[in-house]
Amino acid sequence: MALRMWASSTANALKLSSTVSKSHLSPGFSISRCFSSVLEGLKYANSHEWVKHEGSVATIGITDHAQGHLGEVVFAELPELNSSVSKEKNFGAVESVKATSEILSPISGEVVEVNTKLTESPGLINTSPYEEGWMIKVKPSNPAELETLMGPKEYTKFCEDEDAAH
Amino acid sequence: MSLSRAKDLGLPLMNLVRLKGIPILEQLHLEERLLRTSSHNWCIVNDGTDVPTIVMGMSGKPAQLLELGPVMEDRIPVIKRFTGGGTVIVDKSTMFVSLICNKDDVPNVQPYPRSVMAWSGSLYGDVFNGINGFQLRENDYVFGDRKFGGNAQSIIRNRWIHHTSFLWDYNVRNMAYLKLPSRVPQYRLERDHTDFVCRMKDYIERSDFVEKTIKAVGNQFTLKQVNLKDIDSYTKAENNLKTTRLLTLEELEKAMADTS
Repeated sequence: MALRMWASSTANALKLSSTVSKSHLSPGFSISRCFSSVLEGLKYANSHEWVKHEGSVATIGITDHAQGHLGEVVFAELPELNSSVSKEKNFGAVESVKATSEILSPISGEVVEVNTKLTESPGLINTSPYEEGWMIKVKPSNPAELETLMGPKEYTKFCEDEDAAH
Repeated sequence: MSLSRAKDLGLPLMNLVRLKGIPILEQLHLEERLLRTSSHNWCIVNDGTDVPTIVMGMSGKPAQLLELGPVMEDRIPVIKRFTGGGTVIVDKSTMFVSLICNKDDVPNVQPYPRSVMAWSGSLYGDVFNGINGFQLRENDYVFGDRKFGGNAQSIIRNRWIHHTSFLWDYNVRNMAYLKLPSRVPQYRLERDHTDFVCRMKDYIERSDFVEKTIKAVGNQFTLKQVNLKDIDSYTKAENNLKTTRLLTLEELEKAMADTS
């Protein structure tokens, strides 16, 4: 309980929401693995991608919850520049722990930038899922789709419920 | 288990496809199609493949993983498959078991690699029950510290596949086509292929393995046998679906040239 309170106060200081993932709890765990971070100001899909909408561009990546469950990412397959992505359709994949896991786009639009750093450093998805580990930038074709996504509190609860169910 | 008892237990349905000697490229194309365009659960057992073939994971780089000179000289086919994981060379002595599941039909398993892997380890724990030394070690099936089964997965929105190639037997000469990969499990230490792997035939009869695997799967699903020729009725047509493919000679030559 004390650890959860510390995590919560730390999260507040960093403007984070936090959720304790039961799957991460084990003897000798470290605080860095105790909770998945959920950032304010982003929108979230129930397939664990995040979107940051700034002006005419939306940046997309996978959440801290997702990267923690996937394990060490060793490869990222991303779309071509100027290609189209569609809401809830696959735009790429990551490889981790012998598995390819598809990444779904939370919104529809045109890919205007791809994070080429992930070619040499796919692990950025693990170490910095909301910043250096971003995957694509999209020009949204239907900004109203953003309203269908979850906010931070809703997504935090979604993750807690999902982990609790297993 | 009788069908009526299985129904009473409310077990989800799984279609069982038993194959023998089907080419591994055809098997992988079938699996990818079933994963993406079917809504059913599937267990595919392929007893051997026709010719020795190298199969790399999605991110595999031929120059890093293969001895390209001998591979091209001996015209060994090289496939890049749709799942993750490492590189294997398979032949008639390899046995394949693939499990394609709707995540909602295996509710105690989260659709993430480690959860699926743990579930598979438990299932094969039943298969190899009584055989000393079997375990899921890191991501491999081993007897003791020797690997006999390699795993790979692909996870999509509501479904996943976990497939395994089992070394029933192997030709030592074929192992020479594979380089020591840069990413290896910790328990491998620095052993080369022949010191790292073992033959499943030294531990279990071939027919026993198949029947026990089917029985273990049948403890969690109601199995229904489906013939290969009837599979089309379970899938939707999909264009440009296949990401599993055979690498061309030109691609292998280019890979070799790029490293020199």
